Amino acid sequence: MKLVIINYGAGNTQSVKFAFQRLGITPVLSDNKEEILSADKIIFPGVGHAKAAMDVLKKKGLDVIIPQLKQPVLGICLGMQLMCRFSEEGNTDCLGIFDESVKLFEPKLKVPHIGWNKTDGSDEWYYFVHSYYVPQNEFTTFSCNYITQFSAAIQKENFSAVQFHPEKSGKAGEDFLKKFIEA
Amino acid sequence: MLAKRIIPCLDIKDGRTVKGVNFENLRDAGDPVELAKIYTEEGADELVFLDITATHEKRKTLVALVERIAATINIPFTVGGGISSVEDVYALLQSGADKISLNSAAVRNPKLISDIAEKFGSQCLVLAIDAKQTTNWKVYLNGGRVETEIDLFAWAKEGEQRGAGEILFTSMNHDGTKKGFANEALRQLSEIVNIPVIASGGAGTMEHFYDTFTDGKADAALAASIFHFKEIGISDLKNYLGQKGITVRL
Repeated sequence: MKLVIINYGAGNTQSVKFAFQRLGITPVLSDNKEEILSADKIIFPGVGHAKAAMDVLKKKGLDVIIPQLKQPVLGICLGMQLMCRFSEEGNTDCLGIFDESVKLFEPKLKVPHIGWNKTDGSDEWYYFVHSYYVPQNEFTTFSCNYITQFSAAIQKENFSAVQFHPEKSGKAGEDFLKKFIEA
Repeated sequence: MLAKRIIPCLDIKDGRTVKGVNFENLRDAGDPVELAKIYTEEGADELVFLDITATHEKRKTLVALVERIAATINIPFTVGGGISSVEDVYALLQSGADKISLNSAAVRNPKLISDIAEKFGSQCLVLAIDAKQTTNWKVYLNGGRVETEIDLFAWAKEGEQRGAGEILFTSMNHDGTKKGFANEALRQLSEIVNIPVIASGGAGTMEHFYDTFTDGKADAALAASIFHFKEIGISDLKNYLGQKGITVRL
């Protein structure tokens, strides 16, 4: 199986690569159109700033490629947010795969939401680090509560995405990635 | 509900873990990667690697070690010690560190906080503050060797405004004493800033952790020697906290 991690300078690219290596898979890191299109499965990672990340994706022409992918794609953290229509982080248009708007947490509790939290629909603890969130919507597969009920995971056709970091969520995270690979 | 975090801190010198009592008299406690693996298996929520001599000896943090750690462990970790430029941060994050911590360099050049936050995001930036109380809490630099006139609370607030994602506060009055964390100052910090506060310095018993999560309102608690010398087991500690009604990841 060929697994490609879209390489666009996201902060957690290396960690995601290591996580798959621990599962015995050697992913290809690439920003090359042909390489990405030839993958069996694709990871769209992300840590950083939405506007800055969109600028990089546009420069590389990946903003056009990603929404057209037919293979299973897993977005992680900022990757998930970039799959939405718009983000308040830098007020930027995003990829529009999910017709949702990414919002900044109201500071009713400490922001960023940093640490291990449980999601509805799963008994596992996952590691979150984020200040912006995807509201609950028709594509939400499981949600998490912090300040508000938000999407911990979303899915639409071949696109799935998670707000938490499976690559940093211990055994629970490893199991999650394994499932994506084996599905 | 968001869990309170238990964070073992591995002080690094020459690629080995050390822990100083009141920052002096270093003792050797093993290989950082091996220790990191053990802590991860025992249920540590995060790890902090601190190159404690880096500032003093002007050494750069160990990018190669960071890469080994990232390849091995599956929980988040922070790297600190001697980080003084955006380039340093870039190299560490690219090697697989999740967060970096700034201490003395941020005091000397507060703009570094904003520069890093803008470039890499607040989520990767922990502002570490060493402070000592005489009447007021004063910030210290270079691993506690240099006194400043800067007020702990004012500095924490400025750090937040400049884009720090978390505050790691070490009380020099409490560090190494094993008599409990600086809960009064921690509580004040949590009232002043709206970012997570990590308690550090003074852990001796399991009750001290309970106290810092309740009285001290800490979001996370960090300790070193009590874990390194197996005085408290991490899984025992988390079970204890869970039984006492603290939300922890079990």
